[in-house]
Amino acid sequence: MSRDRFERAVLAVLRPVTIAVLFAVTAFPFLYMVMLSVRDIQELILDPGSLLPRRLTLAPYADVLGRQGFLTFMRNSAIVAVATVAATLLISIPGAYAVARLRFFGRRQVHFLFLAVYLFPAIVLAIPLFVLFTMLGLRGSLPGLVLVYIAQTVPVSVYMLRNYFESVPRGVEEAAAIDGCGTLGTIWRVTLPLSAPALMATGLYTFMIAWNEFLFALLFLVERRESWTVSLGLSQLAGGIEIPTTVLMAGSVVLTLPIVLVFFASERLLTEGLTAGAEKG
Amino acid sequence: MTTRERTLRRQEGRAGLLLISPTLVITLVVVVVPLLWAIMLAFQDARLINIRQTGLLGNYTLENFTYVLAEPGFWSSLVTTLVYTVAGTALSIAIGLAAALALRRRFAGRTLVRAAFLIPYVAPVVAAAFLWEVMLNPQYGIVNTWLGEPIAFLSQSTGTFLGVQVPVALLTVIAFEAWRYFPFAFLFLTARLHSLPADLEEAALIDGATPTQRFRHVILPQLWRIIALLSVLRFVFTFTKFDDVYLLTGGGAGTEVVSVRVYDLLTSRNDIGASAAQALVLAVVLMVFLVIYLRFFSGAEEERE
Repeated sequence: MSRDRFERAVLAVLRPVTIAVLFAVTAFPFLYMVMLSVRDIQELILDPGSLLPRRLTLAPYADVLGRQGFLTFMRNSAIVAVATVAATLLISIPGAYAVARLRFFGRRQVHFLFLAVYLFPAIVLAIPLFVLFTMLGLRGSLPGLVLVYIAQTVPVSVYMLRNYFESVPRGVEEAAAIDGCGTLGTIWRVTLPLSAPALMATGLYTFMIAWNEFLFALLFLVERRESWTVSLGLSQLAGGIEIPTTVLMAGSVVLTLPIVLVFFASERLLTEGLTAGAEKG
Repeated sequence: MTTRERTLRRQEGRAGLLLISPTLVITLVVVVVPLLWAIMLAFQDARLINIRQTGLLGNYTLENFTYVLAEPGFWSSLVTTLVYTVAGTALSIAIGLAAALALRRRFAGRTLVRAAFLIPYVAPVVAAAFLWEVMLNPQYGIVNTWLGEPIAFLSQSTGTFLGVQVPVALLTVIAFEAWRYFPFAFLFLTARLHSLPADLEEAALIDGATPTQRFRHVILPQLWRIIALLSVLRFVFTFTKFDDVYLLTGGGAGTEVVSVRVYDLLTSRNDIGASAAQALVLAVVLMVFLVIYLRFFSGAEEERE
């Protein structure tokens, strides 16, 4: 057998094996998460090896949302995430437009600043912010947390939007300017409507960061249970032994599901937006 | 330039600064100023109880640094951090590359497989870590029901595997890192593979190059740049990562990375100065590694050209 034939034969086996193994290790844990969340804890203890629940029950969900307070945590997470998205977009849209279109003093240095913020370790910033929030009595308050998230997401958001704004034809904007639009008017009436997919993608990206974040939530909110986010709530309750694993698994599903939905919705939306633009030429 | 043009140009400059200023203000207030303050705190004897008395000026000392550097466990935690980072980075990129190559050709169900690959990266870290904890639990974890003898993956610092001593918990944490971040490399590499010109590979195919030869001599050379970028990004992010290790092991069983020490100094011991010093040491070590890497890499780049 020639080397070429041999290699092809090996790869013909190796490729599906790689796909199958990776698919198993990525999909199975999350399927297992769902399956654990719909059974009674006794079943898990008596028969830890079983995959499918013998008797379906939604009791873990009722328990985690009601008694354990996950409804409150979800409300907190939603408030924090939505506020972060709104504020980040509000701040980064003009910023991105400026970097994409306008010549101003220090335009080149701005990129360096953003890269530095993006790469800078959060653990170093956590210390002074923790001290500051303690001194100001802001620990336990959601607006303080939102402020930190805005600063963490604005650089990437500006970067993402800038790339898109640069692809908006200059001529359309110039036409608006000739028709008497000011800079803000041009952004509002021309650039933004043309950039809807990019705005959506950036907003969803910001939402994911704010919903998933753990370190700052832990540092700022841990003493006030009524302000916990879902991430923080799950991590705190998982540390104890009182709450059954199946109930906590229901909590994990509640934490994970919105973000997975948001991600796959945005992925489709993004490709749809791009192909729609291509059809029009 | 006429006067009118100059005025327009000046207007543009003013509008630019005005539009970028909210971005700059928030980065300044929440990132730059706190960073400077962190540096000052590292040189002061600051604790949460006496923080109001610690002024901006005066009482600067190197004590925090001598303290954290001399503390037992610091150097070993630095080594742990390095092992964790290098292994996690290398594995996540290698698996990401394998995944991107395997999914290159179209097949039925590719969209579903692709979606599954991305979930570990998209899912919240708290949920992913908890899921691993449950699955690896020695009493009721499903993975341990498949094994002959249960292994305490996350709380056992060493064990023997085929007669060799291995750091069990550290390897588990590294595996988690590879599992969680290979989608990141997968996404980047898939995008790059997608944009490769087809004619190069076709030419190699016509010249009789075997699949591995095509990979080695045609595809890989075009991927080096993106792999180098991924290495830097993953190294930087993993080196200072806190969430994953803290949630999985709390820094126990031989997995104590430096960022977990920073957190412990800050919260359980309330020693702000030492915590800031520890964090700065971590950041400086990271910068040293980056500089060495960039030197080495740009040197290699020049040689190739």
